[in-house]
Amino acid sequence: MDNRQSYLELRDLSVGYAQADVLHGISMRVEEGEIIALLGANGAGKTTALTAISGLLRPRAGGIFFAGRSLHATPSHKIVEMGITHAPEGRRVFGSLSVMDNLKLGAFTLKDGKQKKKLLDWVCELFPRLRERGEQLAGTLSGGEQQMLSIGRALMSDPKILLLDEPSLGLAPMLVAAIFKSIREINDRGVTVILVEQNARAALKIADRGYVLEVGKMVLEDKAEVLLANTQVQAAYLGGAKVT
Amino acid sequence: MEELLHQLSNGLALGGIYALIALGYTMVYGILRLINFAHGDLFTLGAYLGLTLLTSFGLAGHIQAGFATALVLIFSMGLVALVGLALERVAYRPLRGSDRLCAVVSALGASIFFQNAMMLFYGARSLVYPPGILPDASIHIFGAELPLARFLMFAFSVLLMCLLYWFIHKTRLGAAIRAVAIDPNTARLMGINVDSVISLIFFIGPALGGAAGVMVGLYYGQITYDMGFGFGLKAFTAAILGGIGNIPGAMLGGILLGLIETISSAYLSIAWKDAVAFAVLILILVFRPTGLLGERVADKI
Repeated sequence: MDNRQSYLELRDLSVGYAQADVLHGISMRVEEGEIIALLGANGAGKTTALTAISGLLRPRAGGIFFAGRSLHATPSHKIVEMGITHAPEGRRVFGSLSVMDNLKLGAFTLKDGKQKKKLLDWVCELFPRLRERGEQLAGTLSGGEQQMLSIGRALMSDPKILLLDEPSLGLAPMLVAAIFKSIREINDRGVTVILVEQNARAALKIADRGYVLEVGKMVLEDKAEVLLANTQVQAAYLGGAKVT
Repeated sequence: MEELLHQLSNGLALGGIYALIALGYTMVYGILRLINFAHGDLFTLGAYLGLTLLTSFGLAGHIQAGFATALVLIFSMGLVALVGLALERVAYRPLRGSDRLCAVVSALGASIFFQNAMMLFYGARSLVYPPGILPDASIHIFGAELPLARFLMFAFSVLLMCLLYWFIHKTRLGAAIRAVAIDPNTARLMGINVDSVISLIFFIGPALGGAAGVMVGLYYGQITYDMGFGFGLKAFTAAILGGIGNIPGAMLGGILLGLIETISSAYLSIAWKDAVAFAVLILILVFRPTGLLGERVADKI
């Protein structure tokens, strides 16, 4: 193991809820500009890992380092200011607010009006639907549109690292493809992405590297194409039968 | 007709006061799902602080009282708001995350503390605001001669409510308040400091309540250390009537309750006014538990 600092680093991280630990000493390195796929079965702790990075849950042991700084005591809202934004599981749009109000809230940490305008233009270019539905209440959007809004809202904070939790969940295959295409485009703009996904194949296809969690332990880490070819991974997460 | 106009104008003045107090209950509930039982006593504190400021400035009896009264109002609002901030820090924040019942008990304790502190400080007997601060003039509407003071009261509460509405809907911090009310954890992910938003709520709510306290002193003249209980209960009823957690609901509920109370005391009997007000509460809870404008369920108290 080298001692070089990575852009974002989870070091022997243990996180849990009241009764039990969910993550048992996991480590993970993310370099600037990468797309990292974080894979694993239900309950493996993927969402918990993202929640710990965004500061909603505090580590029991170990640490999280971003650009060399420990996030140990950093509250969530500061973590957003530092440049890590989390589009949470289940989209979590503010249903009783309009699409535009949701997007504006995404830019809550920004002061510069011009920057906000630029981001809004970018987000609306990425997801033209959001502009069309600007005045509509977010709760009335379809699942796919809500997912776009959730991602778009996260982008409004001009993140350096974007945490995406199950962006494809419950979406029709065509929409899934569109969302993954957008994730590529977001990454092309220089945003580092950590992608938690059930849809391991789609995730690995756009990712640079992948990590595999199993009941709270990191069991595999490798380049995405290696993981795609790995028979164990194929059997467990890629529906092994399909791949010959 | 004249009688009705009298009661309506009186009801609007009273209703505006209820609405201002109700806003404090409803905003705290909307964010923390907590009934701040000490809120009525913050209202009382506003009345006492207003009186202290009025008399210590030696303003009583001055003709040019308009500007001075405005100053007293603003200072009282600010002081009560600071007490509200401290209340949240001391009585509610340490209990955040623990059982909701703990916070309710803490709220009741804070209420008793405030009442007794005010009784010790200002005495158990009622105090009287210096007379003649509000203009004596009347205005004529449809042949009825109605005191201008009532309309001033109502206009001032409407002004404060408009300011609040503007703040909540048009400013960045207002958007943060709305976001936290909907989903605090997701609000955190937007970079919103939820603790600051809660502090802000405990600043704005008591400020409005404190304003209502001074208004009661100016309008009704007499204040007592325990009047926060009665007014608080009525304002709480108003908040539920409109839909607790809902800001326009508290405004509507307050004004409606004021009107219901004055009209029932005129046409039924003054002895029945509280009974009617609380009968309205019961009817609302039975037939429309979400209140008139509320989408949310007023689940537990």
